[in-house]
Amino acid sequence: MSEHEYTPKSKVGKWFNDRLPLLTLANHLTDYPTPKNLNYWWTFGGILTFCLITQIVTGLVLAMHYIAHADMAFQSVEHIMRDVNYGWLIRYIHANGASMFFLAVYIHIFRSLFYGSYKSPREVIWIIGIIIYLLMMAAAFLGYVLPWGQMSFWGATVITNLFSAIPLVGEGIVTWLWGGYSVDNPTLTRFFTLHYLIPFLILGLVVLHIWALHVPGNNNPIGIDIKKPSKDTVPFHPYIVIKDGFALLMFMIVFAFFVFYTPNILGHADNYIEANPLVTPAHIVPEWYLLPFYAILRSVPDKLLGVIAMLSAILILAALPWLDTSKIRSAVFRPLYKQFYWILVADVLILGYVGAMPAEGLYLLIARIATAYYFLHFLVVLPVLGFTERTTPVPLSITEPILGGSPNLAAAKKKDSFKDQ
Amino acid sequence: MKNFFRISFLIALFFGFQFNSNAAEKVEYLKTDWSFKGLFGKFDRAALQRGYQVYQEVCSSCHSMKYLSYRNLMEEGGPEFSVEQAKAIAASFEVKDGPNADGEMFMRPGRLSDKFVMPYENEKAAQAANGGAYPPDMTVLVKARGGGVDYIYSLLQGYEDPPAGVTLDDGVYYNKYMYGNKIKMSNQLSDGLVEYSDGTNASVEQMAKDVTTFLMWTAEPHLETRHKMGFKAIIYLIILTVLVYFSMKRIWSRIETKV
Repeated sequence: MSEHEYTPKSKVGKWFNDRLPLLTLANHLTDYPTPKNLNYWWTFGGILTFCLITQIVTGLVLAMHYIAHADMAFQSVEHIMRDVNYGWLIRYIHANGASMFFLAVYIHIFRSLFYGSYKSPREVIWIIGIIIYLLMMAAAFLGYVLPWGQMSFWGATVITNLFSAIPLVGEGIVTWLWGGYSVDNPTLTRFFTLHYLIPFLILGLVVLHIWALHVPGNNNPIGIDIKKPSKDTVPFHPYIVIKDGFALLMFMIVFAFFVFYTPNILGHADNYIEANPLVTPAHIVPEWYLLPFYAILRSVPDKLLGVIAMLSAILILAALPWLDTSKIRSAVFRPLYKQFYWILVADVLILGYVGAMPAEGLYLLIARIATAYYFLHFLVVLPVLGFTERTTPVPLSITEPILGGSPNLAAAKKKDSFKDQ
Repeated sequence: MKNFFRISFLIALFFGFQFNSNAAEKVEYLKTDWSFKGLFGKFDRAALQRGYQVYQEVCSSCHSMKYLSYRNLMEEGGPEFSVEQAKAIAASFEVKDGPNADGEMFMRPGRLSDKFVMPYENEKAAQAANGGAYPPDMTVLVKARGGGVDYIYSLLQGYEDPPAGVTLDDGVYYNKYMYGNKIKMSNQLSDGLVEYSDGTNASVEQMAKDVTTFLMWTAEPHLETRHKMGFKAIIYLIILTVLVYFSMKRIWSRIETKV
């Protein structure tokens, strides 16, 4: 928050600003003091905003041409691909955009885990972020159903059937969700409505996420509290704007490569077969970004417990600020946590891999071990580590690391040079 | 941190290897040079026209092409038949239209705006005529099969006598590339089956390649535009990225911190 009171220069500006302080807001956003040592992992917030807006804009255009009806949905998607001007481009951006969105959000979340951005005083930012992530998963799942291909239909059947695990009312809830006794036209129309609604809920939460961020200000790679504004900070504009812009452009190159050269590689071939309730595909697999949770679901032999495990795997993240007992934020100064962090990264990648494989034999065994470790990390490792770990000394400021000469400072410096190209 | 990154990378490699060795148990698809692959990939016009001929003379008696219109045949980026040729092709089909003023359905010659005429009235009729198996619609077929064009190309040439011990029911054939090796479509291609007007030798391999190229186009009619536009978009983004990079360097040089 800027310390000085902002007054617009022009009379009209002042008149308007006294009635609605939009100019004060704009001034706050441009002057917003940001730690000067933020590395490129911090650019994914801006990239995610871009992803959200891209999905909303392309989705709006697609919705103008799409027909939410079980008999016409598949055909209307082919109509978009063939006859709508640049419809193929809009649809491929939207379909690959979902994958890019998740790629960015996973980097964003794991950045937060590494640098301890979820810790006090940023718990509310973190929890809003988890809600956004949950809504993203819902939106992605609902959107995948809309083309009404085989994977859409059977994915919808599998996921909605999870609710039948709820004791007593489960079956009733599933029928209520379907709007009938199987996944059919009423399911498709409500999924379309919700798929249209959720991005705007996400947009609202993103505003809150950024608002909550602007109260304490950004965390930074060395994870210390900094005075704002000070020699440790730079104004958001132009320093961070140009850096975020540069990172966004690099991200867009990757994005463009997928859209123009391998637009279907992240999707499943079966989704180009129109939905057929009488033919079940050989393997029903969700999109890649949901695979780790799918693996957790299948690793538990009991249906209800599997669903609980899957939901807990996400919700446990919301409790993270209290599960992690360490006062030190950045992993740079936590030698043990740093190792466990990378084990967790590997664990999630393994879960994603076995999620794509059939749930049998060795794969099932690996999935079970990886699931157990996932929970162990959050429920045992993190709370214990906070008490037992010997952390290395943390510098007092970004510009004046007064602990000159300590080997840990070298580590901090190395971390700092992360952002050098 | 780096060590653990390496470890996780190794684990990923290990599993990647496992995955590949699993895949290796399946048969390798036949390979050929596809003109439409790569950053500048384009369709071979002549191959598309020949492919259309194979589809028309061989496949279309069972397989529909329901998302394609006759006008597509003359559009840019496709087989690019002339307007007259496309009109003649359309007119060679009888299209059911109506109802007319008397409330009767009637047959008329096809127009450019018509969708490809379907070989069967409906899915049930198709099944009844094909021993219970539904010949899938071919418009997006190459995108609907995991192996894509290589799979279709191989399948068309993959018929052989069943190995000892495999017994086939009536109307079921052995194909080494088909999932489960049993297919209800009999071998369709034989040397010289069609007579290409451009004098190309109609070998089984040639026909398989031509018709698969045609199917790639029916699945991705805007592939050429996509490749051209993608190249421009990426070049534009790279130039912009370089410019922004230098602007960023310049802006950040005002303070000591490096970016």
